[in-house]
Amino acid sequence: MRALRAAFPYTLPIFAAFWFLGLTYGIYMHVCGFSFWYPMLMSATIFAGSAEFVAADMLLGAFNPLQALIMTLMINARHLFYGISMLDKYRGNGLKDAYLIFGMCDETFSINYTANIPAGVDRGWFMFFVTLLNHFYWFSGATLGGIFGSLLNFNTDGLDFVMTAMFVVIFLEQWLKDQQHTSALLGLGIAWLSLLLFGADSFLIPAMLAILAVLTWFYKKPLKREGQAG
Amino acid sequence: MMTFAQQIIMIGMVVLGTMLTRFLPFLLFPAGRPTPKYIQYLGRVLPAAVFGLLVVYCLKNVSLFSGSHGLPEMLSIVLVVLLHLWRRQMLLSIAGGTLAYMLLVQLVFV
Repeated sequence: MRALRAAFPYTLPIFAAFWFLGLTYGIYMHVCGFSFWYPMLMSATIFAGSAEFVAADMLLGAFNPLQALIMTLMINARHLFYGISMLDKYRGNGLKDAYLIFGMCDETFSINYTANIPAGVDRGWFMFFVTLLNHFYWFSGATLGGIFGSLLNFNTDGLDFVMTAMFVVIFLEQWLKDQQHTSALLGLGIAWLSLLLFGADSFLIPAMLAILAVLTWFYKKPLKREGQAG
Repeated sequence: MMTFAQQIIMIGMVVLGTMLTRFLPFLLFPAGRPTPKYIQYLGRVLPAAVFGLLVVYCLKNVSLFSGSHGLPEMLSIVLVVLLHLWRRQMLLSIAGGTLAYMLLVQLVFV
């Protein structure tokens, strides 16, 4: 209980953010034509906001499991590096480790990576409660949004722009953190070219492969190497 | 429209993809051994490129040559960027841009 009390204040800002985005996600799912069971189950099992928005969009498209998998891997590739940073922290907490790793979304990672856990509070339980509270905020927001989406009686046309706005903000945040912007521009440019070449329904996989290839090429050419990022 | 089973498979793939990115480091890199240089490099440069890709993905169905020529999208994105540079409050930027877009498509570009 000490760990819960210590963890709770750290998660308050996340509560505001997750309820806002979670409610919006639930309403978005409703507008897309899905019952509240979808945001409820997806927010509980996926627990990765951007992937869930994209998943909603893909559920409306063609059945293409491979693309869904690769797209998720690319969107969430950053978690690989959270994991690498947490190799020591998320070990040795017994069974809790599995849940900690499962629930390692951006916000949970940043709290558990940076928090100064007070002396006398169990580290494992502190990190467990941070993860659990965040998971619960996201899950409850998405579920409530899905349930009450049907009660909204204003015109929701254009609400789907929330996903665009979210990624523009994330892109901008990354841009402000990075000292060089080669990689950001490559991502925009290659994706746009691929969209022109392959069309809206099939540009993703070529774009993702080309981005990986070009970044690897830059890696092998040390003079032009990019990336004092984040 | 997909069948229910196909939807479950799609959602399962997203779950699998997410779990792979979260568990893989713990399986691949035993405690106390350095991470390969190439992986560290990708960790630095990949996020920015992927976020760029995702912005394009969101706009994939916008046509510059018909309808409203992408104007509501362009205006709202400019607003999101300005709001964010002004206050750097994620929620304000997202809410402001979305509200502006809803007003534009419902009242201006009908």
